[in-house]
Amino acid sequence: MGGTLKNLTHLDRLEAESMHIMREVVADAERPVMLYSVGKDSAVMLHLAMKAFYPSKPPFPLLHVDTTWKFKEMIEFRDRRAKETGLELLVHSNQEGIDAGIGPFSHGSALHTDVMKTAALKQALDKYKFDIAFGGARRDEEKSRAKERICSFRTAEHRWDPKNQRPELWNLYNTRIRPGESIRVFPLSNWTELDIWQYIRRENIDIVPLYYSAKRPVVEWEGTQIMVDDDRVPEELRKTAVEKSVRFRTLGCYPLTGAVESEADTLEEIIQEMLLTKSSERQGRVIDRDQSGSMEKKKQEGYF
Amino acid sequence: MSDQNSLLETDIRGYLEAHENKSLLRFITCGSVDDGKSTLIGRMLYDSKMIFEDQLDALESDSKRVGTQGENIDFALLVDGLTAEREQGITIDVAYRFFSTDKRKFIVADTPGHVQYTRNMATGASTADLAILLIDARRGVLVQTRRHAFIASSLGIRKLVLAINKMDLQNYEQSVFDDIESDFIEFAEELATGIEIQAIPMSALEGTNITTKSEQTPWYDGPSLMEYLETVPVDDDRLNAPFRLPVQYVNRPNLDFRGFSGQIPSGTVKVGDRVKTLPSAKETTVTRILSGDQDVQEAMAGESVTVCFADEVDTSRGDLICTAESPAQVADQFQARIFWMADDKMLPGRRYLMKIGSKTVTAQVNETKYRIEMSDLQDRPARDLSLNEVGVCTLSLDQAIPFDPYNEIRETGGFILIDRLNNNTVGMGMIDFALRRAGNIHWQSVDVNKEAHSAQKNQKPAVLWFTGLSGSGKSTIANALQKRLYSIDRHTYLLDGDNVRHGLNRDLGFTDADRVENIRRVSEVSKLMVDAGLITLVSFISPFRSERRMARNMVEDGEFVEVFVNTPLNVAEQRDVKGLYKRAREGKIKNFTGIDSPYEPPTEPEIEIDTTKVSADEAAEIIVDWMKERGMLG
Repeated sequence: MGGTLKNLTHLDRLEAESMHIMREVVADAERPVMLYSVGKDSAVMLHLAMKAFYPSKPPFPLLHVDTTWKFKEMIEFRDRRAKETGLELLVHSNQEGIDAGIGPFSHGSALHTDVMKTAALKQALDKYKFDIAFGGARRDEEKSRAKERICSFRTAEHRWDPKNQRPELWNLYNTRIRPGESIRVFPLSNWTELDIWQYIRRENIDIVPLYYSAKRPVVEWEGTQIMVDDDRVPEELRKTAVEKSVRFRTLGCYPLTGAVESEADTLEEIIQEMLLTKSSERQGRVIDRDQSGSMEKKKQEGYF
Repeated sequence: MSDQNSLLETDIRGYLEAHENKSLLRFITCGSVDDGKSTLIGRMLYDSKMIFEDQLDALESDSKRVGTQGENIDFALLVDGLTAEREQGITIDVAYRFFSTDKRKFIVADTPGHVQYTRNMATGASTADLAILLIDARRGVLVQTRRHAFIASSLGIRKLVLAINKMDLQNYEQSVFDDIESDFIEFAEELATGIEIQAIPMSALEGTNITTKSEQTPWYDGPSLMEYLETVPVDDDRLNAPFRLPVQYVNRPNLDFRGFSGQIPSGTVKVGDRVKTLPSAKETTVTRILSGDQDVQEAMAGESVTVCFADEVDTSRGDLICTAESPAQVADQFQARIFWMADDKMLPGRRYLMKIGSKTVTAQVNETKYRIEMSDLQDRPARDLSLNEVGVCTLSLDQAIPFDPYNEIRETGGFILIDRLNNNTVGMGMIDFALRRAGNIHWQSVDVNKEAHSAQKNQKPAVLWFTGLSGSGKSTIANALQKRLYSIDRHTYLLDGDNVRHGLNRDLGFTDADRVENIRRVSEVSKLMVDAGLITLVSFISPFRSERRMARNMVEDGEFVEVFVNTPLNVAEQRDVKGLYKRAREGKIKNFTGIDSPYEPPTEPEIEIDTTKVSADEAAEIIVDWMKERGMLG
């Protein structure tokens, strides 16, 4: 900031608010954890946590719910970032789901997500008895999230009851809970997709290379271009693979994350493309594309 | 936008530089059910190009299916989120929307207008810099409008936009606009002072005066809504207010670093500034300021920072760091405005948790002075407050806290009340001022403090609180214990219920209220004695759990030792050393504990003595052993 005071920009204010939320929640928590999905929002959240608690390390581990279908590059990136930051990384997969051979190609996106993501997350939270879980969700992502609180209360069964959420006044967060209950905390609630990208650029934050355009083998599956990340793509599909310049606007399980054709291989070009594009971010996600209100149902069931 | 769009296509770096330095404005929109509020927000999102094509496709199909605009786009559907309310056609909560223009990023709190949702509006207003009040030009200023203006101004919003909507249905008549504007200005004079009002004639449906000035209203010479929102100064008042920093978190990675983290609500701070931490009132100098991981020379309101001090000043979460020149006040009794937000009524006398800044204390509403009737904004007598009611109340806390009046600094004067059983946020409040002299008497910090006193005496000070029925043996055991401690050179004092009633508490009787006051005074005295480093023995029936909890909360954790002298009623009555049970049974003494007044036994006493099994001397020995095990006797 140098020697003179300047006006705080919108990014400064968002940053300060997120740091405030993290410190405030952690101060009263017994067992906090940060849900680390390896995507760009997680990257920003982790960066903010490193700042909020500097020179200490953030006093919580990272938890990655690994559906076993994530892009290989995500896993490499995840392990590298954990090493660089020195934070403890917990990885949880739903062993029952693995044993039953659940996967998006064989069982469809809905069941796969339900078992390998939603159920797995609940298992992990129960296993480690976390009372606070930071998540990178933003209010601008989907209509039902516009009303989500920064602190979202879950019953001991991890259910979200839209009628039983606490009002949030000023910057005061009431984080008192009874044993077994937990809170999902969203420090990035007030950020938009553009804010995230601008901040990544301003702060020079490391993100998974999949966000940048490169030649990648893709196939057409269920109306989406998906990347052939490993041999689990069914043989007859794999045969149709073509090399294209593509990138990803969101990252998740590779068979459920649509690639977009793009030449954008710098942050500036990504932002430019985002601003000029005509489709919203979540459109690339297979899971949202059923009827309206689907995200709300997912949330009541415990999906983020 | 067109210049910016070409910049976006040709010079993305230039575009990003311009957009990285935007400011942020948070505002709230309020209006009645059919004022067109959702339509207005939908329109702002649409005009600022925050709607993508896939959303637009969904919007078009939804508009045809459930819209109210025939074949046209129903912008309201963009913002009505949850399925339940979409079906009902009303908005039932606070929703946050985001859009930005070339100059600013905006966060909109969209709140419903019904009377029963005062709580939601207050929630949205608590973080807003500005409020847009929607008025249907056909209906003019309604009770609803006044109520929204009242809530907004109560929460400290000083900029109001009077959005006089649906002007298309009034043929854009200037007289319609003028009448509504003057009607509102007349009313607004009753609200808080210093409120700026900007009235704008518009049609959200037709897009009139939303982004650009419309030819439909040649008689109007003010800005369009967006022009106003983009240029209105974002409150700089907080920068000019005195420096405050509520300590959220003590950052101590190693012995060489001790920093205090928080978000600055007001003022600025520089390295080298003299600061005072409250409530300890110790002064020191700021030696370092960290903004994230960067060392900075100064920081300002709005930033989240970590500061370090020149001296080892005892500071913890919940304390308030202030500029030494103009520190906050410290008090434990207040007058405050309270908005009630729970189905269960607010009751005077009930204890709630109060969170203010990063501090949580126990608070009790002493008295509701009056409530403000929302239909006419007049004061009405009241004892309690129901859901969505607003009242002016007096509060007392279990400890003194630093604060500023809400209208000076929001963050150090605003608080929430939490139900102690179900943990819900049940109310919000704004401190007007401290009661009595407490506010102007700053806690004097002394050099010979509790630690020094106790080190000198080679003991840990504590309150040993003996509770039990009359005649249970409390005083006998306390007396035996005191003799035992005296014999090993420990410094003690015994406060006996009967003795204190001859002096300090001679003005008190035995009603419930007097019993509470009796215990409060004794608790205060024992706190002073603990401060003097003494092992303080208190022998009081103290029948109510809540009062014993109050006594416990007055001293630090670990200093309060509840000794339950457990003697069954029939045994105590049989002993009847003072003949009191006999007289109570005869009806000659009223409110006698165990007979016609309840005794609430401790649920988790530190020590329990069964007097049917051990003698007084044996009991004293048990307690001495207990204290030794915990290192209390040096």
